[in-house]
This record gives sequence, C-alpha cells and structure tokens, in this order.
Amino acid sequence: MFATAAALKARGVLGLNQRNAQYISRYNPRRLYPLVDDKLRTKKLAAAAGIAVPELFGVIRMQAEIRDLHQLLSKYPDFVIKPAQGSGGEGVLVIAGRSNGLYRQVSGVLLNSFELEHHVSNILGGMYSLGGHPDKAMIEARVGFDPIFEPICYLGVPDIRIIVFLGVPVMSMVRLPTRMSNGKANLHQGAIGAGISIAQGRTLKAVWRNQIIADHPDTGKAVSNIQIPQWEGLLQLAARSYELTGLGYQGIDIVLDRDRGPLILELNARPGLNIQIANGCGLLPRLQLIEGSCRSLQSAAARVEFARRSFS
Amino acid sequence: MNRLHLALLTLILTGLGLGIFAYKALVLHFPLLPHTASNVWTVEVALAFGAHGEPVKAAAYIPKNTGKFLLVDESFISRGFGLTTVSKETNRQAIWSKREATGKHTVFYRAVIRRVENEPPPVPLKAPEQKTPVLEGAFKEAAESILQELRGRSADTESLVRQIILRVQEKEPDHALKLLLGKKASALKKAQTAVALINLAGIPARVVHGIVLKAEGPSSERVQWIELFEKKGWHPYNSETGDNEISEDWLPWWRGNEPLLYTEGVQDAKATLSVEPHEEEAIQTTISSLEHKNPWFLEYSMFSLPIQTQMVYRVLLLVPLGALMVALLRNVIGIKTFGTFMPILVALAFRETELLWGIMLFTVIVGLGLVARFYLENLKLLLVPRLASILVIVIMLMAIISVLSHKLGITYGTSVALFPMVIMTMTVERMSVVWDELGAASALRQALGTLLVASLTYLLIRISVLEHLVFVFPELLLVVLAVCILLGRYSGYRLLELPRFRSLLDNQD
Repeated sequence: MFATAAALKARGVLGLNQRNAQYISRYNPRRLYPLVDDKLRTKKLAAAAGIAVPELFGVIRMQAEIRDLHQLLSKYPDFVIKPAQGSGGEGVLVIAGRSNGLYRQVSGVLLNSFELEHHVSNILGGMYSLGGHPDKAMIEARVGFDPIFEPICYLGVPDIRIIVFLGVPVMSMVRLPTRMSNGKANLHQGAIGAGISIAQGRTLKAVWRNQIIADHPDTGKAVSNIQIPQWEGLLQLAARSYELTGLGYQGIDIVLDRDRGPLILELNARPGLNIQIANGCGLLPRLQLIEGSCRSLQSAAARVEFARRSFS
Repeated sequence: MNRLHLALLTLILTGLGLGIFAYKALVLHFPLLPHTASNVWTVEVALAFGAHGEPVKAAAYIPKNTGKFLLVDESFISRGFGLTTVSKETNRQAIWSKREATGKHTVFYRAVIRRVENEPPPVPLKAPEQKTPVLEGAFKEAAESILQELRGRSADTESLVRQIILRVQEKEPDHALKLLLGKKASALKKAQTAVALINLAGIPARVVHGIVLKAEGPSSERVQWIELFEKKGWHPYNSETGDNEISEDWLPWWRGNEPLLYTEGVQDAKATLSVEPHEEEAIQTTISSLEHKNPWFLEYSMFSLPIQTQMVYRVLLLVPLGALMVALLRNVIGIKTFGTFMPILVALAFRETELLWGIMLFTVIVGLGLVARFYLENLKLLLVPRLASILVIVIMLMAIISVLSHKLGITYGTSVALFPMVIMTMTVERMSVVWDELGAASALRQALGTLLVASLTYLLIRISVLEHLVFVFPELLLVVLAVCILLGRYSGYRLLELPRFRSLLDNQD
C-alpha cells in the first residue's frame, strides 16, 4: 500500500487532494467559476473573443417555453440538448435525426416528443445541475467530427481534452466513445482514453477500463499513433483559453468539426485525473516545471512553443 | 507564511482545547468517564405476588429522607392497583390494594437517592414512649439474668449497650442466651435480641433494616443495625461489633421488628430489594460541589441549560465527531457517498434503531423509494412536484413500517421515524439519476459507500466515553476543529486512488 503510494509519488502522479489543495484552490479564484460552470456564459465569452464554438440554436429558460420547443427544433435535422450547468456529461441528449415523427438518438433509441419535453423539463428543474439549482437547457448544433476519427469511434463524438496550467498546455488525451460507454465520452463509463503527445500531436497508448489496448474494441482499428489534424491550432486554442477565463488550472474540451475546425465544447474548472492514466505519466513534474518558468511566458504562442519543447 | 499560519492556528486550537480540558479534569475534578463513582443511587422494591379473586392488599416499607440520604425522585409502577403511601414517625409504607385481582402481579417502587455531603445538624427529638418489653416468662427471666450480669460489668449506658451487643454475638452462647436466640440465630435475630435486652434495661432502642450501597454494580445485600435513643436523638450502633458508628454506605430502609412485606389475600408474596449506582447523575456530584466553589463556571457551561436542551446537545455535540469521520473517510480513504454529511444524519438515526435494524430499514426505505421513483419516471412529472411525491411516499413508507413493526412487536421498527426523511428523499432522487446516467453499479456502489460511512460513524459516536467527553468537555471540539483544519491541507493520495492509478505503474513495464 505504502509502496504503491511511494511509486506513484515517484512518477509524479497528482491525487485528488493535492489537485484540490495545491492547484484548484490556489489558481482558480471562486468568482471565476460561474464563467465555466454555466456553459452559456462560456459560449458567449468565447464568441466575444473570436473563438469558435458549436452553433447555439436556442435556449429554453422557463417551463412555459417548452411548448415552443418543437417549432424551434423543426428547422434542424440533428442537434444536442444539454444542461447549461451540467457536469460530467450528465443530461446530454444527442439527437441524430428523425424517423416517423420520433426523435432518434445516436444510440438508435427513439424518443417521442413528450419524452423529449420531459427531459428538457428535468434540466430546467435542476436535475443535472450542481446543487440542484434551476437550470437552462441549451440546444446546440451537433458536431460533425473530423473523418480522421471515423475508424476509431463508436456512436458519439470523440473529444480532445487538454489540461491547461497558467496558459500552458500540459497534457492531453482524446476520449473515444465505445458501445460500452453508450456513445458517451466519459472514461469511467467505458470510453477509451488515448493520451496525445503534446509535442507531436500523435496518440500514444490507449487505456480502456484500466487496461492498455491497441485497437478499438468495437471497430477493431488501431487507436495509437494517429496524428491529430491541426494540432498546433488546437494548442493555440487551449493556450488562449487562459486569457478567456483567468482560471489557472483548467481542462478544455475541444471537438474537431469536419467543416469548422476546432470548436470549444466546454471548459472545466475541476478537470479529472484520468488523463494521467491515458498518458501513462503523472502531471506533477510538468506542473512544477511551469510554476518555475511561467513568468517568462507572456504570449500564447510562447506558451505553446514552451509546451511543445518541454513535454513529449 | 501559509504553513506557519496553519501550524500556529492548529497549535493554538489544540492547546486551548486541551488546556481547558486539563483544568476541568485535574483541578475541578470533572469525571473523565461516565461511570465514575457517584453519590447517587437508584433503589427499587419489586413486589411479586399471586392473587385469586379476593381483595388484595400488599404493603412494603419504603425509605424516607434522613439526615444522610435525600430522596431525589420517586416513582411507583402500580399496574392497576390503588396506591397509598403512609408516613409514620419512624417508617414509610407503600400500600397497593385492589378489590379483586387474579393471576400473578408485580408492582414496583423506585427511588433515586443522594448521599448528602454536609449533614445538617440533627433536630432534637423527644424521648419515645417506652414500650413494655415483649419478653415473658422464662424468656424474661433469662434476659434479666443476663442483664444483671452485664450491669455489674459496665459503668455507663454506652458500655452497657456494647456489652449487650458483644454478649449476643458470642460464638458459644450460654443457656440463658441460647433460650433467647433459639437454634442457629440469624444476624437479624441477634440484633432483635440485643434490642430486647437494651429495652429491658430501660433504654429506648430499635432495629434498623437497611441495604448496602455499592460504588459499582447492582446490589441487594441487606444489613441490620441498632439505633439507640440518647442525648435527644437516635444514634446508630453496629449490631455485630458494638461500635457506635456504622458504615457510610448503609441506607436505612425501615425500623422495628416487622418484616418488609405485609400482605392480605395473596399467595407467594415476595419482595426484592435492589440498589444500583445512578450513572447519569455522576456528573451531578461534581456540579453540586462546584456550585459552592466556582459558581461562575457553571453559569456559562452546558449544565446551565434546561435538562431537555442538555439532552439535545448530548446528541448535537456528537455531530462534529461524525463530521471528522466523514472527512477522513472521504478525503483520506476516498469513499463516495450521497450527500456530504448525510451519513452523519443516518448515523444519528442508527443510535435509536441499532446498527443492523438501521441498515435494514434504510435499505428498505431507499429501495422502495427507488421503485416508486422509477414508476414516477413514466409519468414525466416536473422535478419539484416529483420530489414532493417521493417525499410523501417515503414518509408513508416510514409510517407503514412503524405500524407494522409495532404490531409484530419489533420495537426497533418504530424508531424509523427518526430517519432524516427529506435527505432520504434526495438520496432516492440522486440515486435514480446516477442509476440512469452511470448505471446500476455506480448507484449501488455509492449507496453502499453511504451506508458504510454511516455505519462507521455510528460505531464511533455510540462509544459512551466519547459522548460523555464531548458533553462534559465541549472544549475538546476545538481539538476536533484543529484536526479538521489539518485534514483540509492533506494533499496525499486517497487510499482508493492507489488501485485506480496502479494501472499507470503497470503500463510502464
């Protein structure tokens, strides 16, 4: 037990307590949390800074507005409904199309209009929000992801998570949905996490349910050593997100849209630690390196350059 | 600065807490343990008898206030019998009666008595009327011959009494004494004989029946001694040694030659006396002595509150211990629970239900609540009305469980009412969301985590020494606070993170 702890410490693995005490509470001022906890605000912020985000079709703020939901949706063949203050992917509904007047989810499960309304109503009631506060439901464009991911993705949308510390991209992974995760990109629900080399933008090893895998369990295609397109652009986007929110330690979730390129999906003030497993290395040495030299890194370009030079 | 600040703060808090604690324990002698020897006892007479349809009367002597002992509280359990108490000059008697009774009955008398530290000066009494000696014929002659002999050997009343007592106690009594005592005389018979002899000498005396009070554990040891009227008051004499002094721990119960019990119309009457130290009152001894020495200290302590409020705080002061436990289990071990402090509330409810029943009741309520929740899901209700519906269902479930278990005679079931129902409702809702989003395994794991933390917290707060310590020494909570603050800066791994990250180590090889 103590041997394991010592070995993890030697690897520089960051634990939850240390993350909370030494990074989140020190570098993330509380007053900035609403900027990322409310995805609607994040979206506005990003749009104002000229950063691309998935298009917002509409917002449902009150139960009474649910009546207009179907009229609003009728213009769009596919869309995503998500709670503005949800966490961990809870309450996200992805509609891929319609058949016979029913809404078809990516998983193939059909919903009638009544069930869809109920889901929105639950979101408004605060079922998925932190602390059960009343929430808003956002209706967004569904991202058509880059064809590079086609062979290694089952159902949902793969997203790229980059941990950004003081504006420097620290560690990254791509999360690939599987049949087991039911199209969701959460590692503990059974999605694959593949670490990405910061320097190269190539996927490293992949971890699925705590074991190393070479191929996607559903598609059978290799998941490692895939070059992520527009990697430099992704890193720039991540580096600029620091100026966007002011949060020192944050996770940024990006999707690569087939047509529009990298889009910011959401920002996270308490990014998880599974990324260390996907990369097979600890965060701590990298964070400490940045703490030591961040003063000299003013521009986003300089920070990206520093990251690509320092982190394999 | 941060580290020094933290160290100083925790040091000050710990020092302050332990300092006040040490002062109260060492200087003011607050008891450290709930069972510290006390001056308060509970005495009980259980009167069992069988009746068969006749008018019943059962009388038993009960203690009365004396200079040394004070009756703090008295209660009678009469079970349908009429009760009167009769207070005479020397004795008190409780009389239970009923016009018609059948079957076996047991009635109780209970009293809390307290030994008085500073005995008030005795009130001068008039000499009692001298009763005619009960001895007749050969007995009287034998007694007089003994008295004659002893009178010659003693100088005053005190030495005569002592001579009489010692003579009666002689291992090998002569013929005259044998006649008076009979074969195999009991200690009581000897005391009565001595009293008869003393009376014959013209000195008012009586037998006192009492019980031995022990510092620990229950006792039913009976004892007798002799009281002599001299110098305008009754004075005790040990009926075995003849000393004019008796043990501090002998509680007088009744006086005279009659037996404890007197009955009419009953069979197999039996009276059992018992006495036990009154544990909860141990602290009262300290308090009453403090009332003289440091009145201000009590003014501003827990003990200045009304008893009802004190009882509330006995429970409330356990909450910080539970909070510390939860902080430990969550941040050092890494157990996931529903709601941060919900396990504490559940643990408090467990105090009434006991662990096993508590876990069962909790599981049943949350399980049935979940079933109801999954059914309500079909109706597509708005969130808050749905929560309200679950709350209604949870409360109805609790009421039904209470009624059913009461009917079945399971007393633990009725205390289900103490479960925090609003929090149970939120648990049901939260659990169903986790169930939907993350799967049944996650939901059950978190529910088990909640129960585990609640059980461990319960096992901690049921330790009676801890309950006693935090109530009598609430300043110890400063130490708990210091530990909580230190825990807040713990940045090591959580125990359950080790297996989670272990794959990271394996992957490297």
